[in-house]
Amino acid sequence: MADVNRGNRPLSPHLQIYRLPLVAKISIMTRITGVGMMAGGILVVWWFVAGAYSPDYFAVADALLTSWFGLLVLVGSLWALWFHFANGIRHFFFDLGKGFDLPTVARSNWYVIGASVVLTGLTLLLV
Amino acid sequence: MSYKTDYNAVAGLGRANEGVHHFWMQRLTSIALVPLTILFLIPFGRALGGGHEALVATYGQFGNAVTAILFIAVACWHFAIGMQVVIEDYLAGGARLVLVILTKLFSATLAVSGIIWPSPPSCSAPEDRPNVCLSNRTTHL
Repeated sequence: MADVNRGNRPLSPHLQIYRLPLVAKISIMTRITGVGMMAGGILVVWWFVAGAYSPDYFAVADALLTSWFGLLVLVGSLWALWFHFANGIRHFFFDLGKGFDLPTVARSNWYVIGASVVLTGLTLLLV
Repeated sequence: MSYKTDYNAVAGLGRANEGVHHFWMQRLTSIALVPLTILFLIPFGRALGGGHEALVATYGQFGNAVTAILFIAVACWHFAIGMQVVIEDYLAGGARLVLVILTKLFSATLAVSGIIWPSPPSCSAPEDRPNVCLSNRTTHL
């Protein structure tokens, strides 16, 4: 039998102990933000439907969306939206075969994170 | 013995012609969402919290209304494709099938709900069929 004594060598990187590179964390965050921003999406559509139903019912929806809880969901979804947006733009470059080398990826990681924060701030300030 | 070539045996069957359909639609909808997101957020953020008058003033305008409908519809489409990919990555078998179908149903329902609201400004229902209008108590947009 070959190699019965495997020694105490480490196994190949295991998902539980493997420290994901930043680009992989951003990738999984893009997925999570994509699914998660549906929370805000449902609220927004409900707001519109309430507006078509009656002014009285709309007052309830408008108040809930601007309550601390509603704003928490909306601002969270807004950040998720811009994060997903920014990494989506980066993926357009990836789709075109550009920006795959590690130094560029290391830089564009921070562009994505920075853009998501700046765009969220801009939206809250200007709109 | 068959004289069919391997290519001839598979041409036009199975996924051969639509394998990249989802991939391509995901790109097209995301490109469409770049301008739509920006054009949607500005009037929405301004109307939010302004009560029913602000809603009517903002979304009574053709451009704002069409932008919002397009944004909601394309975003739901984009969500349906993306969510399907997520489900297919982590689940198999019956659970996958059921969840993908539920995702499509949910996305379609949400997209259509986003279109209901800008009902015509003068919706007058006949006496015997009051439900023709979405709600007779509504000040229509």
